[in-house]
Amino acid sequence: MTTETAGPFGASDSGPTSTGSRTTMILGIVTLVALGVLVLFGLILSPADENQGDAVRIMYVHVPSATLSYVGCFLTAIGSAVFLWRKSRWWDLVAYASAEVAALFTAFTLVTGMLWGRPTWGVFWVWDARLTSEAMLMLLLLGYLAVRGIAADYGVRAKRAAIVGLLLVPNVFIVRQSVQWWRTLHQTPTLSLSGAEIQGLMLFSLFTGFIAITLSFIWMVIHRFRVAWLEEQVDAEGLDTAIAERRAEGVVL
Amino acid sequence: MLHDAWLIARKDLKLEIRSRVALNQVVPFALLVLVLFAFALDPDRGLLEKATPGLYWIAVLFSGLLAMQRSFAVEAADGVTDALRLSGLVPAGIYLGKTLSVAVQLLVLEMLLGVGVAVLYGTSITGWLLLLATIVVATAAISTAGTLFGVVAAGLRVRETLLPLLLLPVLAPVLIGATRAFEAALSGTPSEGWPWVGLMSVFAAVYVVAGIFGFGPLMEES
Amino acid sequence: MEPDHPTSRSGTEPVVHLRGAVALLGRFPALAGVDLDVDRRRIVLLRGANGAGKTTLLRALAGLVPISAGEAIVLGVDLRVDRQSVRHRVGLLAHGTGLYDELSVADNVRFWTLAAGAVLADAESAMIRLGLDGRLSDVSVGRLSTGQRRRTSLACLIARRPELWLLDEPHAGLDKEGRDVVDELVRDAAAAGATIILSSHELDRAIDLADEIVTLGGGVALDDSGAGGDGHVA
Repeated sequence: MTTETAGPFGASDSGPTSTGSRTTMILGIVTLVALGVLVLFGLILSPADENQGDAVRIMYVHVPSATLSYVGCFLTAIGSAVFLWRKSRWWDLVAYASAEVAALFTAFTLVTGMLWGRPTWGVFWVWDARLTSEAMLMLLLLGYLAVRGIAADYGVRAKRAAIVGLLLVPNVFIVRQSVQWWRTLHQTPTLSLSGAEIQGLMLFSLFTGFIAITLSFIWMVIHRFRVAWLEEQVDAEGLDTAIAERRAEGVVL
Repeated sequence: MLHDAWLIARKDLKLEIRSRVALNQVVPFALLVLVLFAFALDPDRGLLEKATPGLYWIAVLFSGLLAMQRSFAVEAADGVTDALRLSGLVPAGIYLGKTLSVAVQLLVLEMLLGVGVAVLYGTSITGWLLLLATIVVATAAISTAGTLFGVVAAGLRVRETLLPLLLLPVLAPVLIGATRAFEAALSGTPSEGWPWVGLMSVFAAVYVVAGIFGFGPLMEES
Repeated sequence: MEPDHPTSRSGTEPVVHLRGAVALLGRFPALAGVDLDVDRRRIVLLRGANGAGKTTLLRALAGLVPISAGEAIVLGVDLRVDRQSVRHRVGLLAHGTGLYDELSVADNVRFWTLAAGAVLADAESAMIRLGLDGRLSDVSVGRLSTGQRRRTSLACLIARRPELWLLDEPHAGLDKEGRDVVDELVRDAAAAGATIILSSHELDRAIDLADEIVTLGGGVALDDSGAGGDGHVA
């Protein structure tokens, strides 16, 4: 169960050799174009909402990033599970990269949610079920990232982080359930596009938002992963030299 | 596995009885928290009585955290971690044993805190069945999760600060659930409390399974 | 450097068989390719300067430190595949006592004895053997002197009846009488069929005790002592 197929220095998996590639560059360009289209439709072409006014435009980035914060959290759990199962460093770093990007998207969701709440409800924060769940997700992700940051051997750190990462999913479910029950006892507005049906250009803007934000998410995870992978490679270099130096100590005797 | 669990739990409880750290430090801390709440909130306006369920469980969580820190500090001493790995004890058994000893300590703490709120806050206690069920299930949830995250943080230089950061967000549903269930019991509407007992049971079940399978890998190379 | 066919291999498998074993502590190769063969009932002394890798070698043989390259077979178990199943069959006396300070001597010995699957009678006889019965048995370990703790750790070790004894500086912190007890325990254990690997700074005493001497330096077994079975002293 705890045997390593390769030592901490061994690179049994193959991985990237630079932070970017042709594919990631194309992906980056496509992402930028999608963000441009989103700006065009979200801020200029789509109309203001009857009730919410211009604040509705925040939704075009808020809703997609909230969704992706959960996607990132699931990706972390999947990466952690595969790591525990196959001892794959590749998947461990996928888990790490998605957790970091998920934390960023969670923070972005919280900020945009508050910016939307101020004009709509008159306050930055209400104890809305979804907003509260999102805040709890942020704290859970920060816990995971704290384990990633501990000063310990790669093996120790990765294993402990993987257990915490795997538990993110049940934790998120139970937290959401409890917060939902907790808040439905007291009626409060939920952060959604309830009321008027969204349609036409507004629906298209939201759709564009999903595409642009998802592309940004993928691009960031890939780059974060590649950097993390290269960092590990740098750490892994020089085992032969280290062994030779170590043996030389014995000759002095 | 159960034999090993029993061995570990008996050892831990014997150690606590001999050292009296739980009795001399954790219990007074728990009561101190109750007194501090009275200072922070105005005791004359019935606020304390109204807020009793929440304050009670906050006090349990914070003082329970001390008991859990202690449970792993004991195992970190002078080569004990290596001795445990060499002992031949099954990791799942160690996990269940430590969970059991933490749970027993929590139960004692909860009884004393119950007397504490009844006396200090003048809370009248009703709905015994729901109260007891909540205490049993919440204790199981706190000790199963606490022991698992305890070993995640064990052996690290940052363990004292890492454990609360990891554990308290995870235990947020238990805090919400136990508090609502207590409110339901004390306000004479127990039917609102039982779903929470169910949710906390699911929570405890998830963590027992995670602990049984996760403890072995986590004990390595720490 | 590469005696691939140890002379003593006929019939019985060696208790310890290492070839080019590498163990990393973080990024530091504490063992940088150790070759070592130890047969059953042998008493082997590890010597070498501080930092030569003695402690890491003993911990690796106990299955505590992962072997990341080379061959490592202990008690018939391949440590690169399975480090767990060898653990309850070895007894490691390490720098740390492995004792709970707040429990009494008797409680400690009994707990570790039962944990290893042995019976309480083993705990009692181990305590008698090390002079821990009577008044001392009820004292908290935290109140003991260094030598008394050492004796308690040894009592826990012998109660487990290990097949392979790994003793890291067993003589340290003991008075002359205590050291004599250690030597006696080691000889009795070897006579009873156990294998003992120990490190010691008490070289005069340890050389008398040992059948073989292995010198470690820079994380490898140095040539002068021979890595295979050719390092006999007596």
